[in-house]
Amino acid sequence: MSETFAVRELVPVLPEIVLVLGAMTLLMVGAFRGERAVASINWMAILLLIAAGAIIVLLPAERMESFGGSFVLESYARFLKLLALIGSATAMLMSLDYLEREQQNRFEYPILILLSTAGMLMLISAGDLIALYLGLELMSLSLYVVAAINRDSVRSTEAGLKYFVLGALSSGMLLYGASLIYGFTGSVNFAAIAKASANGGIGLVFGLVFLFAGFCFKVSAVPFHMWTPDVYEGAPTPITAFFAAAPKVAGIAMFMRVAIDAFPNIVPQWQQIVIFVAIASMLLGAFAAIGQRNIKRLMAYSSIGHMGFALVGLAAGTMQGVQGVLVYMAIYVAMTLGTFACILSMRRDGKMVEEISDLAGLARTNPAMAFFLAMLLFSLAGIPPLAGFFAKFYVFLAAIQAGLFTLAVIGVLASVVGAYYYLMIIKIMYFDEAARPFEPMPYQLKAVLAVSGLFNVLFFVYPRPLVEAASAAAKSLF
Amino acid sequence: MYQAIVFLPLVGAILAGLIALAGARARFPSGLPESHDLGAGHHPAHATPHGDGGHHDGDHAAEPAAAGSRAAELITTSCLFVAMILSWIGFVSVGFGQDVYLTVLNWFTVGDLKVDWALRVDTLTAVMLVVVTSISAFVHLYSIGYMAEEPYRPRFFCYLSLFTFAMLVLVTSDNLVQLFFGWEGVGLMSYLLIGYWYRKPEANAAAIKAFIVNRVGDFGFALGIFAVFMMTGAVDFGTIFAQAPALVGKTIHFLAWDVDALTLICILLFIGAMGKSAQFFLHTWLPDAMEGPTPVSALIHAATMVTAGVFMVARLSPLFELAPTAQTVVVFFGATTAFFAATVGLVQNDIKRIVAYSTCSQLGYMFVAMGVGAYSIGIFHLFTHAFFKALLFLGSGSVIMAMHHQQDIQKMGGLKNKIPFTYAMMVIGTLALTGFPLTAGYFSKDAIIEAAFASKNPMAAYAFIMTVAAAALTSFYSWRLIFVTFHGRPHDRHHYDRAHESPPVILLPLAFLAAGAILAGYPFRELFVGHGVEAFFRESFKFAASNRILEELHHVPYAVAMLPTFMMALGFLVSWYFYIRNPALPVELARQHDGLYKFLLNKWYIDELYEIVFVRPTLWLGRLLWKQGDGRFIDGLGPDGVSARVLDVTRRAMRLQTGYLYHYAFAMLIGVAALITWFLVRTGVG
Amino acid sequence: MRGALHMIVYALFFYLFAGVCIASAIMVVASRNPVYSVLFLILAFVNASGLFMLMGAEFLAMILVVVYVGAVAVLFLFVVMMLDVDFAELRQGALQYLPIGTLVGIVLLAELLLVVGAWAIAPHVADVIAAPIPPFYSVSNTEALGQVLYTRYVYFFQVAGVILLVAMIGAIVLTLRHKPNIKRQDVSQQVARTKADAIEVVKVKSGQGLS
Repeated sequence: MSETFAVRELVPVLPEIVLVLGAMTLLMVGAFRGERAVASINWMAILLLIAAGAIIVLLPAERMESFGGSFVLESYARFLKLLALIGSATAMLMSLDYLEREQQNRFEYPILILLSTAGMLMLISAGDLIALYLGLELMSLSLYVVAAINRDSVRSTEAGLKYFVLGALSSGMLLYGASLIYGFTGSVNFAAIAKASANGGIGLVFGLVFLFAGFCFKVSAVPFHMWTPDVYEGAPTPITAFFAAAPKVAGIAMFMRVAIDAFPNIVPQWQQIVIFVAIASMLLGAFAAIGQRNIKRLMAYSSIGHMGFALVGLAAGTMQGVQGVLVYMAIYVAMTLGTFACILSMRRDGKMVEEISDLAGLARTNPAMAFFLAMLLFSLAGIPPLAGFFAKFYVFLAAIQAGLFTLAVIGVLASVVGAYYYLMIIKIMYFDEAARPFEPMPYQLKAVLAVSGLFNVLFFVYPRPLVEAASAAAKSLF
Repeated sequence: MYQAIVFLPLVGAILAGLIALAGARARFPSGLPESHDLGAGHHPAHATPHGDGGHHDGDHAAEPAAAGSRAAELITTSCLFVAMILSWIGFVSVGFGQDVYLTVLNWFTVGDLKVDWALRVDTLTAVMLVVVTSISAFVHLYSIGYMAEEPYRPRFFCYLSLFTFAMLVLVTSDNLVQLFFGWEGVGLMSYLLIGYWYRKPEANAAAIKAFIVNRVGDFGFALGIFAVFMMTGAVDFGTIFAQAPALVGKTIHFLAWDVDALTLICILLFIGAMGKSAQFFLHTWLPDAMEGPTPVSALIHAATMVTAGVFMVARLSPLFELAPTAQTVVVFFGATTAFFAATVGLVQNDIKRIVAYSTCSQLGYMFVAMGVGAYSIGIFHLFTHAFFKALLFLGSGSVIMAMHHQQDIQKMGGLKNKIPFTYAMMVIGTLALTGFPLTAGYFSKDAIIEAAFASKNPMAAYAFIMTVAAAALTSFYSWRLIFVTFHGRPHDRHHYDRAHESPPVILLPLAFLAAGAILAGYPFRELFVGHGVEAFFRESFKFAASNRILEELHHVPYAVAMLPTFMMALGFLVSWYFYIRNPALPVELARQHDGLYKFLLNKWYIDELYEIVFVRPTLWLGRLLWKQGDGRFIDGLGPDGVSARVLDVTRRAMRLQTGYLYHYAFAMLIGVAALITWFLVRTGVG
Repeated sequence: MRGALHMIVYALFFYLFAGVCIASAIMVVASRNPVYSVLFLILAFVNASGLFMLMGAEFLAMILVVVYVGAVAVLFLFVVMMLDVDFAELRQGALQYLPIGTLVGIVLLAELLLVVGAWAIAPHVADVIAAPIPPFYSVSNTEALGQVLYTRYVYFFQVAGVILLVAMIGAIVLTLRHKPNIKRQDVSQQVARTKADAIEVVKVKSGQGLS
């Protein structure tokens, strides 16, 4: 019982500490100053997220472990943490105008986002199953609440409730899996599990399936995706944007870390599961999206499909595959946030509109927005030379090099089917009779849209920084 | 100089084309208007006779001539005249001097296949150059007058010059590929010029027909080229001819057959010639091609392009000489065409179609000459025929203009007083065509008939009979044309009264061609037929050792030599009796022999036969492939089917999304169970 | 002999607790009356704490009883009684999924049995077990937990605390409503009230009233 912890062990956890303590401080500010402080709390939250990001950048670059290996920080975690922070901060930025206009400016919202983000960071850095579960719950619990934050809206409440109940079910599965794994390996630490799982065994894989089921729920992979469309549609739009970006990054991060770190010895076994899930997600994402009329639902299926594509990289089980997934997630976040910036600007007569048909003739009423949205949609569809093409390219390349030809072929076919609904939106924007124009875009949305649009269009000019960072991150995981 | 001859028309065509494009841009700054009403009625040479041609004069103001029309005309015409003069100089210098071989540049080299752009100017080519450039120059000049009312003249002249260029490439080529290039080039320009009045459905149909029928021939031609390359490994004439003797007796193995290589090659190439030269079976496009403007008919469908087949056979004489079977085929088809076209010509009423069938018939003569090995005679006939047939066409054009675009000879009559000059020109042309002594046609045509008699070809007797009969028929229908058109009572008072002589720019080419029709015979007789052939043509033709036809035809019996002239006189007399002396007789005769009359009037029902044998089954097959094959099968399984299935899947996937919480939870449980089961099955445990 | 008897008693109690636990868990689901369900749930908790006791984790056993039985389950009971949920009605819809549900259940069960059949604990398990329960005689259970909770597991402990904070915030966010028109009791305001601002003495001239 000589275990203690030294203060230096807190160094890698600094970003999380900053976020949690900051959130608590802001909570106090909010509790005492009430609604008057909301605007400043919002901005403070964004600053905190940026500060956390800055700390991650400034921390020494080597691999660090704290709390007996429960918390790991290496290039992999850094890459994904930055991505998650960017996703959260941008979603936060995009929600400012919305919350004000919809009069839902509640100071708890930025605090929940902060805590959720802290949960994501913990999740990304988790070095054992307990840390993983705690991070996951911290993230998820905040998400359940923010999904239902518009408590006067039936749909928002329903979304929150569905998410919560199904989330609880998935947590149950995850815990069941975790306990099975603990039972078979005698440890919760990933490295120890890896050591103990050298000779596999059916029971272990059984636990693995349950564990992965929980992960799949978080990244909304088929068949654990059912909550996604309802929650995306029901939740307030900026929260949907938040859902679509940062938690997905964290989910994929834990998925990969567990698969690669804890089960490197039974790759062929979990590969089967990931392939199954990836194929199902890609196909469902492509097919079901076609029938959607609501653009938020469509984005839900789009993100299901994209998670399927990302999992293709993981299915490869190689360093290249991980690198592909990392690049994919970075580009996915950029595309999704840009698209949501457009969706958030779909406002007429002071009300949000969400039907795809509302975009009709946008090219005439707002050519700049139509152009950027078209570029983002082309990118989501994976049309070269936009960023989305490279995202798919890297994961498919990894899959092919790992010999998963069927998976790659199905993926390409699914992306062809998926291209249909993206192109359909573009067709509606450019060739249909113009609907009434939207209200002018707030400057935050304009900025987000411009940055993500330019990133997507110009990625191919200089892809090296991202690709190399992803490569370094992938290397650090193995 | 020879480059200049070939490329001057191209320069003219490019300039005229630029003018045409600029004009079109100026006229329709924002693309073609939706419905630009340029009715067919505006055009001269309207195919279907209509009673009221007079309204044309009033309508022309509606469509102003394109800007730069005059410039385009002058540029192209002067280019052609320069080329003509150079050609005559070249004719003399090559004919009485040395052959010229020029390599312009390497075209392409693929493996063993090396093709150059090269000019091979021997006497044969020199003759063709003279024919092509002369006729083309006069037709250009004539067109300035004839097309004066046309709004899109730069385009017309561009096509005309481009055609000339392609034809010159054809005749100067030194290899089969370049020949094929020119061959297809003239085919394309023929298509464009027949369809020049592209708003007229008949013209479009005729253009397409010409193009498609020629495809059949070109297919054979292309196969022939492939076969030549396969057997000799080369496409240039020098190598081919050098290797030709070695090919005798070799066979090509195709499917289960061993076919004699040279025979197969020659027949395939001859099929190409049949298409281009409108020989029997592939002739149907030529009469329809008369939908094009009359100068086009004169240049392309009488004097030059249609003789390309004859030229090709002459050019490849070293091959044909070694393939007697192929020669027999050539003779048979030539003779048949000569006779067939002449019979059809008997009863036609469209002035241009009569001349067109006459052309067809005369081309048959040329092929007879080719088949029996009398190449120089065939070329001689080609040479003379070009002049008098161009004359006849251009004369017909003059008549048509005089009659305000009336082409039905039954509606004419008595025109000789109204348009005496045209009348005189037409008579000269007819005399030459029918072979009146001392006219150009007399020398060449009689020589062919004599050669047919003298030949030892198995088909020679058939050819002799056919050509002699055709000579009589030719005479009959040619004079019928003259009598019905220029003599007798006017049948259409309205047109008759307004008939007028054409302007000098039209009459001048007629005069020149008339001079050619008379003078192209005698001075050249020795060179083409007589003892000067060897010295004149030198290497152009190769005669097999046994081929002494040029020698033998001078020793045919006197009766045989006189027979064509006799036939000509007979035809003339019968025609005179029928149409001057007793005009009721032909009508009575037609009534009595209704079946025969209809048979001839409908051109032996060849078109109808093709309609049944080829067109309808093809359309049926096309429709089957389109509706069933493409529409139902490929689209059904492909785009349409896939998209429908995608929607089905989508609908099903959407139905899964019920919105019920316990459904979702259930789906998750099923998912876990499925994953585990899947895993167990995959890893084979349990 | 004593050791053997000890083992028998130990086993007897284990099967008793485990059996009752499972049976009551089934009853939680199967019971028609929701109040019974909650009561069965409490029974399950109690038996679970008994199992903890058997393992020597008396602190956890007590915590389970105090927190789950004493607080959570009782809260459940109140909520269920207040909401008056008609379970029979809820079950109606669920019944039609019984066949497929049963099928999935059977499949899962079969596969789980397969796992049990292939039970093989990894050979290194003994090496990697992180923190075995310390023996009774050296340190008490509570003390042992306390020793690691703030050292080795401080991270988990703190994060769990944050999670509870989030749960609290969430509960407040989703339920607390400030209704401006409601009259509330504000104790501090009541206490701070002075005579001066509570009573105003007004002299009223007779016949004129207040204006």
